[in-house]
Amino acid sequence: MSIVSGHGAAVRIEKCGKTFADGTRALELATLDIARGETLVLLGPSGCGKTTMLRIIAGLELPDPGGKVLFDGKDMTSVPIERRNVGMVFQSYALFPNMSVAENIAYGLKIRGMPKAERTARVAELVDLTNIAGLENRRIDQLSGGQRQRVALARAVAIRPGILLLDEPLTALDAALRERLRSELNRLLRALGITTIYVTHDQAEAMELGDRVVVMRKGAIAQIGSPREIYFAPKDRFVAEFIGAANIVEAPLVNGQLVLPGGQLPIAGEGSRGDAIAMIRPETIRIVAADGSSLSGTIDSVSFIGDRQRFVITGASHKPLTVDAPNTIQAKAGEQVGLSISPDAVRLLPSEN
Amino acid sequence: MLSHRSFVWFCLLPLGVVTAAFFLLPMARLLVTGAEGPQGLAGYFAILSEPRYRATLINTVLLSIATTVTTLIVATIAGIFLQRHRFPGRAVLIAMLTFPLAFPGVVVGFMIILLAGRQGLIGDITNRLVGEKWVFAYSIYGLFLGYLYFSIPRVILTVMAAVQKLDPGLEEAARSLGASPWAVQRDVVLPALVPAFVASGAIAFATAMGAFGTAFTLATNIDVLPMLIYTEFTLAANFATSAALSVGLGVITWCILALARSFTGGAVAAAG
Repeated sequence: MSIVSGHGAAVRIEKCGKTFADGTRALELATLDIARGETLVLLGPSGCGKTTMLRIIAGLELPDPGGKVLFDGKDMTSVPIERRNVGMVFQSYALFPNMSVAENIAYGLKIRGMPKAERTARVAELVDLTNIAGLENRRIDQLSGGQRQRVALARAVAIRPGILLLDEPLTALDAALRERLRSELNRLLRALGITTIYVTHDQAEAMELGDRVVVMRKGAIAQIGSPREIYFAPKDRFVAEFIGAANIVEAPLVNGQLVLPGGQLPIAGEGSRGDAIAMIRPETIRIVAADGSSLSGTIDSVSFIGDRQRFVITGASHKPLTVDAPNTIQAKAGEQVGLSISPDAVRLLPSEN
Repeated sequence: MLSHRSFVWFCLLPLGVVTAAFFLLPMARLLVTGAEGPQGLAGYFAILSEPRYRATLINTVLLSIATTVTTLIVATIAGIFLQRHRFPGRAVLIAMLTFPLAFPGVVVGFMIILLAGRQGLIGDITNRLVGEKWVFAYSIYGLFLGYLYFSIPRVILTVMAAVQKLDPGLEEAARSLGASPWAVQRDVVLPALVPAFVASGAIAFATAMGAFGTAFTLATNIDVLPMLIYTEFTLAANFATSAALSVGLGVITWCILALARSFTGGAVAAAG
């Protein structure tokens, strides 16, 4: 493992924007620092500019004039991808169909003129690392999706890249396999210690893999933070709703209390405002007895999911509230219940303009 | 009520009749006629044993191979370029390049004469420049040019379709691994296009082997197999020989194509 680990480069992109030839604005001016060895996830819906940013870092797209890409402080903006020493994994994997698994992994080494014996040793090591031993002489069309993904990763890290770039590497796989490979990938990235930039639209992937997550929307960065920060302290409604499930409550704020149809909801801190917007995560709401509760509503529906159950409560807020409760609570649709929410769990969001 | 199976057979009946009437019967007749000459079955080997026929056969095969190889080189470069670049006039250029598809061989031959014939454009220009008229329309070079002219459109369209289907990620992956633009073409793009080369090259080769109109229009001092068959058939009324030569032309073309296919078979399977 030592042969491929511990050689990450620090990345800085400076005032990088991207306007395509047809006038489409794919990326607003963005400046971003990625520390050596860090795993940074670019997260957002399709068309948010995350792939464009990745391709600018890779050297597959040029930023608009004035933008700069720096690796370890060195300006790489005009250096083509073949001389940037980046490992890349594509959504389609882009494995060479005319080469075997071993030839695919060794391709970058061969291009670099590494002697055959050394190449073979490196391939053997990577095959071990990515759990694909025994497949070395297979053709690509004889591999399953998960195996292809591993080969693509092995090929990308074989060249000891300074930066590893992954563009939706798990999207093409089915859900169960995706989850398994996600934790495997996580273990591998930690072991390798390469600076990694990972593009995905799947927030669960972003949470598990990212040291930091960059949430993007319409070509601009909406928020940068650790997975905990973006989950618990989203900066705006878009981030709140994109990351996990969120109840958005729009109500007047009077002396530190949101005034709702079903009662009062205290927030942390004082203040009054005519139209406050707050976010409450479903798992932070507790179902309690209706008597003596400051906020109550009616159970509209209950879905038993196994590890928990999901209630939809009407009457408490203007819109139905989603509540994730323990699977032991006995309550049926139509019942009147109280809702207990810690003031810390209510997150005020800036109102939209 | 027809059962499902007999309904299918019923639907296939027209195809069966057409195949029998216009393909199997004439082919069978051709095979029989070929063996009815004074030499009997040995007539079939005349294409190889008779020096004049053999020379013509070799000429035709070499010309067809040269046409196919040159067409593939020209059409691949042009096809990749046209598929990868957007520029004003691109649609017109593609239309012009594929225009010869509609031309009969006679028209192609006529155009070659206009270009390189005794009154041709090239002759005019060289006459003024070097004081000597270059005329090659009636030689094997003129024929080669004509064959090239009608082979390129067929191949260029197939190559363009294949390039369009190519995953752009393949090239980007190769580049990210450090491959130079030249190495990307050599290691990734060309191998991925091999199936298209085999398919379109086969058509170009077979068309060149059997092309008659162009040869007929140009041929003053060259002999290719279709011309030879025509001469034996109409001028010498030598039915048996022309039938044997026809069968020989078909068999030899088929053999060379089969050989080319088996030679590239591994690559085709791997790229599939």
